[in-house]
Amino acid sequence: MKILVCVTSVPDTTTKISFTDNNTKFNKAGVTYIAGPYDDYALSRAVELKEQFGGTVTVINVGEADTETMIRKCLAIGADDAVRVNAVPTDAYFVAEQIAAVAKEGNYDLILMGRESIDYNGGQVHGIVGEMLGIPSITPVMKLDIENGVAKMYKEIEGGKQTVEAPLPLVLGCQEPIADWKIPNMRGIMTARTKPLRVVEPAANDVLTSVDSYELPAARSSCRMIPAEEAETLIMLLKTEAKVL
Amino acid sequence: MSVLIFAEVADGAIRKSSQEALYYGAKVAEMMGTTATALAIGSANTDALAAAGRFGVTKVLHAADGALNEANSMAYASVIAAAAAHEGAKVIVTAKSTLSDGVMARLSGKMKAALGANVTDLPDLSNGFRVMSSIFTGKAFAVTELKADVKIIAIKKNAIVPVETAALATVEAFAPALNDADFSVKITGQTKASGAISLPEADLVVSAGRGFKGPENWGIVEDLANALGAATACSKPVSDLDWRPHHEHVGQTGVKVSPNLYIACGISGAIQHLAGVNSSKVIVVINKDPEAPFFKAADYGIVGDVFEILPKLTAAVKAL
Ligand SMILES: Cc1cc2nc3c(=O)[nH]c(=O)nc-3n(C[C@H](O)[C@H](O)[C@H](O)COP(=O)(O)OP(=O)(O)OC[C@H]3O[C@@H](n4cnc5c(N)ncnc54)[C@H](O)[C@@H]3O)c2cc1C
Ligand SMILES: Nc1ncnc2c1ncn2[C@@H]1O[C@H](COP(=O)(O)O)[C@@H](O)[C@H]1O
Repeated sequence: MKILVCVTSVPDTTTKISFTDNNTKFNKAGVTYIAGPYDDYALSRAVELKEQFGGTVTVINVGEADTETMIRKCLAIGADDAVRVNAVPTDAYFVAEQIAAVAKEGNYDLILMGRESIDYNGGQVHGIVGEMLGIPSITPVMKLDIENGVAKMYKEIEGGKQTVEAPLPLVLGCQEPIADWKIPNMRGIMTARTKPLRVVEPAANDVLTSVDSYELPAARSSCRMIPAEEAETLIMLLKTEAKVL
Repeated sequence: MSVLIFAEVADGAIRKSSQEALYYGAKVAEMMGTTATALAIGSANTDALAAAGRFGVTKVLHAADGALNEANSMAYASVIAAAAAHEGAKVIVTAKSTLSDGVMARLSGKMKAALGANVTDLPDLSNGFRVMSSIFTGKAFAVTELKADVKIIAIKKNAIVPVETAALATVEAFAPALNDADFSVKITGQTKASGAISLPEADLVVSAGRGFKGPENWGIVEDLANALGAATACSKPVSDLDWRPHHEHVGQTGVKVSPNLYIACGISGAIQHLAGVNSSKVIVVINKDPEAPFFKAADYGIVGDVFEILPKLTAAVKAL
């Protein structure tokens, strides 16, 4: 089985978000970058499937050279090789074009992604790649097994879940509990240094959206404390003052 | 040229979450000097569809082919693209949901359309086409220009407050040719918490965390939720421990909610939890620890034991 895992580099989940240059640039100062948490699930499941069926796991990232530490960590977790498309990931359509171009060369059985990136939360790249390759895309997938070339999955729907199946190849947007997060071991870290990381230039340059500026949410005015003994007055306040009941 | 709204159908009628999208789409149409058409896919009641007129759309296209009763992102994207061509629509509006996420991404690929996700307000058409989107899981907003000829807007709950009229829309059958290749994904089963209020759509949410000690203690959470007519939610550890189902977990890696009222009980307020709930209109926090970080993000707070406070609140709601 040949699996391609798409991994994006995002600010750590505890990052305090701020902007510079008159709110036109994200402030990278002091920010730690990690692989998208959902992408981590996708990678972990890919490594498990490789253990089960053999084959290869290739990681792809569209990003500049500073994402290579993150890519090496993916190799340490168990991917065999990696491709970095050397470009700023400007928008979902642009990223999808790069991934689709690499995917076309590779004939992958599965293209696994995260449900969404946690910076722009678009949840778009998998669907666009699926469309570009003319194969199904399914999201958010919480369980994935392969039996005789058919993927058996369950996916989340509003207020429940659905079991679905489809023949390979497929593009999937993954989320927990599809696999347990894997942490690299010493051997993985050692071998990751010598695994191939190919850098390619972008295949196309269609950018359909651009961000003009950023804003932070208005701070909440201070919290009104209600003594525990008078807890029931909360309900009155919610009705008459906050007007939400 | 009109604005097209993808109206999700459930139980034969347009979903509540899509009503906002209808109204939003009608407003955008008004700004652009055109009309709004809704597209409903799957079996639905004609009168229920005509009611879309209350939110400002003049026409509803109904794609009722039985093959479309099961939500299928490939086929739905094809049908929406056909409807957009039929209406000459260059702007397509939807409510963000687990279904529309997959459908709209494919549509963006198919039509080379610029997709604005998590949109929180009406667009700015003064110079180009700009939308405000929630990014970094609710921790910031981005003003984004949609530069392609076709634009897709996926709105976040509470992006707009619909005002209803008594108008009715005309309902037209819409039967584009379907493509077999769009049906290779088979839905083999479905489980849905029936009757319960769907969390992403809920106006009121009661959420509980590890402070409840175990699943056997959720009765008092449900009592308060039932009294309020609220949906229930939980923190991540609670669903990791299987005390509650996964689809109830809110936050960075869970459901993102923006209800009018979010009551957090026995939840510490970790940044990853806040990320999924901080666009709620009013936040109430109940925690026995006065230093719990959640109080900093709250509008109302009670320092106390959830096992004592919740029953009191339930009684007060019932007495309203
Ligand atoms: C990558 C990543 C992603 C994450 N994503 C999410 C996410 O999406 N959603 C999420 O929720 N978390 C997420 N987390 C976890 C998050 O960091 C916290 O660990 C989690 O939110 C804590 O849950 P909690 O508040 O229920 O539990 P705890 O932190 O254990 O807090 C329990 C609280 O209950 C209070 N308490 C205890 N007993 C009582 C009582 N009798 N009465 C009143 N109060 C009481 C305590 O004072 C405490 O504040 C994520 C973490 C990581 C690393
Ligand atoms: N720059 C990128 N490089 C590689 N994969 C990406 C990139 N951006 C997004 N993806 C993949 O697409 C998924 C969905 O991202 P998004 O549509 O941005 O929410 C992510 O979870 C990744 O798996």
